[in-house]
Amino acid sequence: MFKIIKPGLLTTVQDLGRKGYQKYGLATSGAVDSYAHRMANILVGNQDGDATLEVTLMGLQVEALKNCIISITGGNFNPCINHIHVPMWTTLKVKKGDILDFTGYTSGCRAYIAVAGGIQVEEFLGSKSTDTISGVGGIEGRGLEKGDIIHTNGTTRVKCHYNRSLSPSLIPTYPDNIKVRVLLGPQDDAFTSKGLETFFSSEYIVSKDSDRMACRLEGPKVEHATSADILSEGMFQGAIQVPKNGLPILFQAGRQSVGGYTKIGGVITVDQPKVAQLKPRDRITFEQVTLQEAHALLREQERLFQTLRVHS
Amino acid sequence: MNYHYKFAGDRAILVVFGDELNEVTSKKVRKLAELVDGQKILGIEEVILGYTSLLVNYNPIKISYTSLQTTLDNLILQINLTENESSKTIEIPVLYGGNLGPDLPEVARLNNLKEADVIQIHTESEYTVYFLGFTPGFPFLGGMSKKIATPRLENPRKRIEAGSVGIAGYQTGIYPVNSPGGWRLIGRTPISLYDPNTKNPFLLSPGDIIKFKSITKEVYEELVKTTKKGGRFDV
Repeated sequence: MFKIIKPGLLTTVQDLGRKGYQKYGLATSGAVDSYAHRMANILVGNQDGDATLEVTLMGLQVEALKNCIISITGGNFNPCINHIHVPMWTTLKVKKGDILDFTGYTSGCRAYIAVAGGIQVEEFLGSKSTDTISGVGGIEGRGLEKGDIIHTNGTTRVKCHYNRSLSPSLIPTYPDNIKVRVLLGPQDDAFTSKGLETFFSSEYIVSKDSDRMACRLEGPKVEHATSADILSEGMFQGAIQVPKNGLPILFQAGRQSVGGYTKIGGVITVDQPKVAQLKPRDRITFEQVTLQEAHALLREQERLFQTLRVHS
Repeated sequence: MNYHYKFAGDRAILVVFGDELNEVTSKKVRKLAELVDGQKILGIEEVILGYTSLLVNYNPIKISYTSLQTTLDNLILQINLTENESSKTIEIPVLYGGNLGPDLPEVARLNNLKEADVIQIHTESEYTVYFLGFTPGFPFLGGMSKKIATPRLENPRKRIEAGSVGIAGYQTGIYPVNSPGGWRLIGRTPISLYDPNTKNPFLLSPGDIIKFKSITKEVYEELVKTTKKGGRFDV
């Protein structure tokens, strides 16, 4: 159990999202960086889909109201317990009265705090994820505020899960200049060959208007061969939408369910967490891959999670 | 039946039935959505309907792209367009014009009609819910008369109240939640299209038929009171 002393820039309760209601216009929401979210849960012995706190960049300060085991993964904002720096990607013991806060900045954009037993909030349509647009999930469908109490599951599965760390080879470094892999479609034919070349050969800069819904980019304009407008159709995670102004927008967990602009391609699943950790002014380039390559990489990642779960 | 597949990232496939907005294409989309949802095929996670396409989200660990295509090919063969849909007809009471429909005079003027004509034309059609999206429960409707088609506002409003009924181009729609938007507002309904506090949060489903009914200010206020008490307006 925790009490929020300072909510920081934006802190929300997230799990792996609300599935099955996009056809009614309800977004999935969920952790933007699902890799860091799942690893945080695995470290403390939770299920991948248990709820964590998603912390954006800075300012969060919480007080533990009970002893518990936690883990902190994702972007490194220099977490401290009682003003002493603590390591990330490992299990940590927190005692009643301890103060956890984030005191600086090293890398990334979103950190995840998992608590052994999982965070307990009421589910809405099968998920605890906060969707601030629809005002559902988490705590009253909003970002956390000063004084909020975060309940955790009382059952202690914690004994055997203390003192575990993730192998350094599995810990992302979140550089401020990344390359992500892209599968073309569904409207790559709406662009000129010059447009496609611009997209794959240029470096784009992350705009300050980026959020949980989308990572917006600035840079060379991607040229359309046809209109940038399409009849509205289903939107997907990782979709790279290019509206009339030619500037790509990468859609993330908080995206809406449909969209009416051309999409040049999609960021492959295993690379979406890298995009999730970009902050304004970071840089990104794109590289084309095939569906077979994308699926092989996804299978490799899922085998890793399976192995880690089996041995947890 | 003509259709083709397109990649939509590595975890979704887009089934495209055409590139023109019409009732038959939309019905194909709705029928396939119903078939996919009804089969509960392992590895298929959820579908999203559009005007002319169906997005099928899948888990490549559980179903390969090839068997997904074969599965969808077989389901598409089962689409029967003459079969009736399991849809409901819903009457939406609307208070037209005044403060709640501030763009009604402009919609009338741009179409060389009287306000009363716009209301009559808007209420005499039956509208099909093609799909829902944009915000929770927002219906994309087919069937509006071209006589009242009006372009979007050049400067979208920052806040539109839930229940607002609007026109944008050849479409009409209802805002289920407060949101920004550029549709011309012609009235407001007191009934809720999206209520997260009820067991079935969404009033409408794809394929449902909507009829608008013009109501007086008194009836509107009476219905607002009923919904505020927590009672769901009975349709």
